[in-house]
Amino acid sequence: MITHDILVVGGGLAGLSAALSADPRLSLAVISRVHPLRSHSVAAQGGINAALGNTPEGKDDNWEKHAFDTIKGSDYLADQAAAELMCREAIPAIYDMEHFGVPFSRSPGGLIAQRPFGGAGIPRTCFAADRTGLVIAHTLFEQAIKRRVKVYDEALVTKLVVENGRCVGVIIYDLATGQILPIRARAVLFATGGYGRVYLRTTNAYINHGSGIGIAYRAGVALKDMEFVQFHPTAIYPKNILITEAARGEGGYLLNNKGQRFMADYAPSAMELAPRDIVARAIQTEVDKGNGFEDEYVHLDLRHLGQKKIDKRLPSVREICLKFGGLDPVEKPIPIQPAQHYSMGGIDVDVRCATSLPGFYAAGECACVSVHGANRLGGNSLLDTVVFGKIAGREASNFVKGLEKKYGTEKLLLDEAVAEKAKVDSWLSRSGGKMAHHLLNDLKVVMSEKAGIFRTKKQLAEALEAIREIRDDYGRAFISGQCLRYSQAIVNLIEFGYMVDLTEVITLGALLREETRGSHYRLDFPKRDDGGWLKHTLVSLRDRKPEVSYRGVQITKYQPQERKY
Amino acid sequence: MKYIFRILRFDPGEDQSPCFQDFVYETEEKKSLLEALMDIRNDQDCSLSFRYSCREAVCGSCAMVINGQFDLACRTMVESLSTSLIVIEPLPNLEIQKDLIVDMEPFWRALFAVEPYLFVGETKPEKGHRIEDREMEKIDQFVNCIMCGCCYSACPVVARDERYLGPAALAKLYRFVKDPRDERAYKRWSRVNTETGAWGCDTVFKCNEVCPRKVRPADGIEGLRRRLILGKVRSVFKRGQ
Repeated sequence: MITHDILVVGGGLAGLSAALSADPRLSLAVISRVHPLRSHSVAAQGGINAALGNTPEGKDDNWEKHAFDTIKGSDYLADQAAAELMCREAIPAIYDMEHFGVPFSRSPGGLIAQRPFGGAGIPRTCFAADRTGLVIAHTLFEQAIKRRVKVYDEALVTKLVVENGRCVGVIIYDLATGQILPIRARAVLFATGGYGRVYLRTTNAYINHGSGIGIAYRAGVALKDMEFVQFHPTAIYPKNILITEAARGEGGYLLNNKGQRFMADYAPSAMELAPRDIVARAIQTEVDKGNGFEDEYVHLDLRHLGQKKIDKRLPSVREICLKFGGLDPVEKPIPIQPAQHYSMGGIDVDVRCATSLPGFYAAGECACVSVHGANRLGGNSLLDTVVFGKIAGREASNFVKGLEKKYGTEKLLLDEAVAEKAKVDSWLSRSGGKMAHHLLNDLKVVMSEKAGIFRTKKQLAEALEAIREIRDDYGRAFISGQCLRYSQAIVNLIEFGYMVDLTEVITLGALLREETRGSHYRLDFPKRDDGGWLKHTLVSLRDRKPEVSYRGVQITKYQPQERKY
Repeated sequence: MKYIFRILRFDPGEDQSPCFQDFVYETEEKKSLLEALMDIRNDQDCSLSFRYSCREAVCGSCAMVINGQFDLACRTMVESLSTSLIVIEPLPNLEIQKDLIVDMEPFWRALFAVEPYLFVGETKPEKGHRIEDREMEKIDQFVNCIMCGCCYSACPVVARDERYLGPAALAKLYRFVKDPRDERAYKRWSRVNTETGAWGCDTVFKCNEVCPRKVRPADGIEGLRRRLILGKVRSVFKRGQ
């Protein structure tokens, strides 16, 4: 049986950071459903925040200011000590990456360049043109090569194995062989990313099904603040590929069909650089009022930046527009609309990235510490992955080194694998039923129509009912064909079960939270209610049903105030 | 619009040899080739296998040969092919694992062989190195590489000599040799001073031609050669002293 001290699940930025910070004397492996360089982290464009103070406008910047912006941006739902930790650690994290070889763009004088991003008054976002995620992912992978980190790629984790209240391994579906196998580990660390694909419109990769979060939930671990779903303001219409916030950071305008910079009506001082929740709602409101184009989108205008600046600072944006939008942003405004982008919520972890299940850790988008609260600032997600990935790797190492009992029982792990295999076999033996990809599409339609940017009690209740009906249909789901090797159909079917759980948790949290905070906008409760709702939602699976509880937000020195930009 | 997708199918455990299978595909929408393949898989044959992830030309998963051209399926629009017959094959120079999925192992092995990571020196300046942007620009095109394997698969030298490191790995090495922060010893990296390394290239520039990210790996190979010659001249000069 394959056995390791630590098994990191996911090969994106959080997973690789964890692998690199773990104790090198321990046996560690990274397992990922794709090769690490195919992870969604590579799609991050705009940058990573740290109060380096490298620009003339930002020379007085410090991590406290960064923490304040993060907390205000979160609509005061972030745990403040955690946000402070992240912002403090941001500075050494950037220099670590510089010494790992990340080719950051430079400012005159040769320091790491910084650009303005939403929700921060000053340039704080470090970047490498508009391919920051790509170069950081490749650099961390290079370091993993250097340290000979063991990687199992193209294997989907389908389940956590728990023995006597401790996580002892996972079950995997190995795509290359089609086998379902156990892997034994003394600690398991999830860095499995987000679930964007439960929405019709998303900037996320096709692989972002969110099953990692669902697997944790099924293992009894609570999910936190799942109702907070970030919609990125600028996804290109109609393919919904991300156009980075850096496009606005570099000076791009948002224009409605009257040619007006409408952000003046919504965030008069921050304008296009208000936080994402505010800009996304503004765009959707303009479209809903008939001020958009084709009732679908508004314009992001970069023309005044000129070709030279666009080619230097936003080359990928230009390439995306040319290839996927059929237009050149040097000459034409870009049609954009909001699309699901990020999950503020996730697996409930503390600042050490530990969950309530001993031996099980989580970091990155799949986890919720919480540092992003009800709305994440642009440039803070890459930061979250590298800071908390590192902490998670270290903490998992400490856990393993402190263990008396070494490994889980082989028989238990083998039995669990047999049970998983039986589930897949039963799907393959079906000769009819509802096609799995149709069910997935139904789920996406429900989430997009009823649990999107604007929400009401009626719609959320309808969504919850629809999701539970889809769950019944999942029991009868059907795929054609028999091949077990490299079967994306089987991957999709396994993950779909978890997606149903996730959407139920998102919707239930949203239905119960009768206030408006950050990305969660209730048309029927349009005000923030600190008296009743300055608390985290926790949903756990008990007796196969979601059980909801709440936990107060941790405040250090930033008292909640009205959020104006 | 109605298309015929002629896709090379192969399952090494089951089939004797690869053969083409035709799928009829109809769409009125502007679909990418990847979206079309997913539709075909979902609606016609769920055993059809291919890799994908980001669908925005940055993860490097879906490189394949489309009507004879190397490209990423995600960034190829079906209608842009201006034909109703679309022939899709897996990347050549690599073993087929199933259908359009190839074994990338030799490609990664070549990459690992060049020690593709920064060799940091003793000095780690606290606020990072001071480097002018124009210095970083010299490695700009190389850090745009997504390791999709198009160049490796299209390379005629790789085709005839599997020991050749290939364009992506050599360009990656050049990216580090050229990085002002990198302090790898000449002796260490000049191991590519061989016919299976920097001198293996035939300079037919297939790699430059097929790169979906506008990288010119041959520039990197040429740069390595220049440096190797310079290194040789220097060592001769030193001996003469």
